[in-house]
Amino acid sequence: MEENRIRLRWSGLRRFFAAFVNQANLLGHTFREGDGRTRLSFVLMGFGNLVRGQVAKGLYYFLSEAVFVVYMVLFGARSLVGIVTLGTKTQYIEAIPGQVPKVIRGDNSMLMLLYGVATVLLVVWFIATYFWNISSAMQTQRAVENGEVLPGLRTEAREYLDAKFHVTLMILPVMGLLLFTVLPLLFMILIAFTNYDSSHQPPGSLFHWTGLYTFKALFSNSGVLGGTFWPVLGWTITWAVIATASNYVLGMLLAILINRKGVRFKGLWRTVFVMSIAIPQFVSLLLMRNMLDDFGPINGVLQHWGLTSKFIPFLTNATFARISVLVVNLWVGIPYSMLITSGILLSIPKELYEAAAIDGASPFRMWTKIILPYVVFVTGPYLITQFIGNINNFNVIYLLTGGGPSGLTYYQAGKTDLLVTWLYKLTVNTRDYSYASAIGICVFIISAILSLVAYRNTKSYKKEETFQ
Amino acid sequence: MSSRAYTHAKGRVIAGNTLAYVVLAVLCVIWLVPVAWLIIISFSKGVAGIPNYFWPKYGFTLQNYVKLFKDSGAASGFYFPRWFLNTLFVAICSCALTAVMTLSVAYAVSRMRFRLRKPYLNVALVLGMFPGFMSMIAVYYILKAVGLTNTLVALILVYSGGAGLGFYVAKGFFDAIPKEMDEAAMIDGATRSQIFWQITVPLSKPVIVYTILTSFLAPWADFIFVNMIMGPTAYKNYTVALGLFRMIDREHITTYFSMFCAGAVLVSIPIVALFISMQRFYVEGITGGSVKG
Repeated sequence: MEENRIRLRWSGLRRFFAAFVNQANLLGHTFREGDGRTRLSFVLMGFGNLVRGQVAKGLYYFLSEAVFVVYMVLFGARSLVGIVTLGTKTQYIEAIPGQVPKVIRGDNSMLMLLYGVATVLLVVWFIATYFWNISSAMQTQRAVENGEVLPGLRTEAREYLDAKFHVTLMILPVMGLLLFTVLPLLFMILIAFTNYDSSHQPPGSLFHWTGLYTFKALFSNSGVLGGTFWPVLGWTITWAVIATASNYVLGMLLAILINRKGVRFKGLWRTVFVMSIAIPQFVSLLLMRNMLDDFGPINGVLQHWGLTSKFIPFLTNATFARISVLVVNLWVGIPYSMLITSGILLSIPKELYEAAAIDGASPFRMWTKIILPYVVFVTGPYLITQFIGNINNFNVIYLLTGGGPSGLTYYQAGKTDLLVTWLYKLTVNTRDYSYASAIGICVFIISAILSLVAYRNTKSYKKEETFQ
Repeated sequence: MSSRAYTHAKGRVIAGNTLAYVVLAVLCVIWLVPVAWLIIISFSKGVAGIPNYFWPKYGFTLQNYVKLFKDSGAASGFYFPRWFLNTLFVAICSCALTAVMTLSVAYAVSRMRFRLRKPYLNVALVLGMFPGFMSMIAVYYILKAVGLTNTLVALILVYSGGAGLGFYVAKGFFDAIPKEMDEAAMIDGATRSQIFWQITVPLSKPVIVYTILTSFLAPWADFIFVNMIMGPTAYKNYTVALGLFRMIDREHITTYFSMFCAGAVLVSIPIVALFISMQRFYVEGITGGSVKG
């Protein structure tokens, strides 16, 4: 996991282009070396395979080409134009005197963009298939020239259970990803560069490419969007730092307490805490919201006992609400980190403790000098995941406060809103998709930078060998 | 060591343990209060709105549970038994799909070396860093384009569609299985597929249970995607999470709060039971990959 995170960056891109150049070279090479049948495969995909007896493969390539061409002619070409224009004809109402007004349908920018992106993905798939077709044609030619027996369908199929087993394993998940993650995500990323907001809703009106306009509005120091973005970002970071650190340290302390020599019923204690993980968050958090209500049981009991004369605005005052979500988050998060660190604490070599005890180390020193460094090393990646998880911690905020209490100067956000809950509100309540999308991109950039920086500074990256 | 020093040390240990028990007991109470309140309210009579008490004022009753089933129908707009079965159906289907796909991807990227492996890992990493809700609305339009909105099938697709990204834990686990076993089997003429099914899968019980468990639990907890896919009128196709969520929105909370609690208890019991019985696998599943100590 770690290695992949670090190697990301430019090397990936460079290799991508290198591979591209390689493929282009291969194409020229094949064309020069290939015989007539192979060369014909450049136009008629699958020809080389078909005439040399690999019928199934040849047909697959041929049909791919046929389907692609038909699709492009009927639909695809228009989609590719559509992605550039995003529609030119606005829907309008034709009112001829004496007749019922009629809605004349125009273009739908949203669908045009969606289909456009889908077509682009299809084109990419076709280009890949095209290259496979060429190299396959060349391979069969070589094989025939060398007098080898071409593998039949059954042999090739068997390959997919052995050397090419990864293809069989990955095809379905990758298709799922393309359809439900990649395509929607590309679409949404592109939305950030349009003005698809509450006042540009297709089919009633069109939206257009606006370049970096949304980002400029979001980052501006003046204006209501910028006036919301910066405070919300500030709170998101504050929240993530405090939530991660407090959960981690307290969870570890709890784990140490439970695993303490001499404490009995370890399983029982652990189960009590694990139960709170198991209860669906919408149940426990909605319950907490009602418990912390101005007129809920906690305030009721406090007043009944005469501890307070008026209710405490746990979730309705900005400062109280922020503290409340952080505290409730402890209830949610400590059991997790307790579970994780428990496993790790048990794996600390006993000799380390014994050696320290012989040297007369106090429990506190043992904690700071042995347990903490060890656990931090092993849980480094987990800690970063947690931090990013907290930046994206939708449930705790949304279910507890709904982002409230509302900030009067904010656009569609409240004092406890994180970037993600704001994004959600912008999507669902006001349909300001372009703002939502730009915020999503910001969250992505923050997560990406943080994980990159943090990984490089954890010991698990610097001294991967030390603790193994 | 003199006997006095020994007694002294022993005394300190006992004091320490007592302190530990006290702290643990206090923490347990804190962690159990919301759960206890949930159960108490679910059996309470005459709850109107959010009760401002912990202990019921008007005595206990089973009515909240009975009404959950008896009052289900068009009049109330709540179909709890139906929602429960919906969720069970979606959870079983999507956990089967997700588990198969997640383990497949994990095995492929862990044990096999192919040209697109590194690019795939990088892309998966990048995709995982975007907030999940960002693409929500696009997913909705895609489902709408194929006419699947308001259906349970759409839910299954959405929950298992991202399976290709959740491979990290399983990959970590597979990475830890010695490669020599594969190599030995290969020398004996086993194919990759046979190695996967006959060697890797039997050895990977904890991570398989973990994968199944997490993907089975997801539909019980999600209310965001259901809300988006089902729209405001498809009451019958709600899952329990969304249904219960709707029970305590502003319009309904005055009447339905105790029924919400009853429903929440019924949903939580099987999940908690399942979770606690598989707790061991859960921990092994998470830590198996990352802990190298």
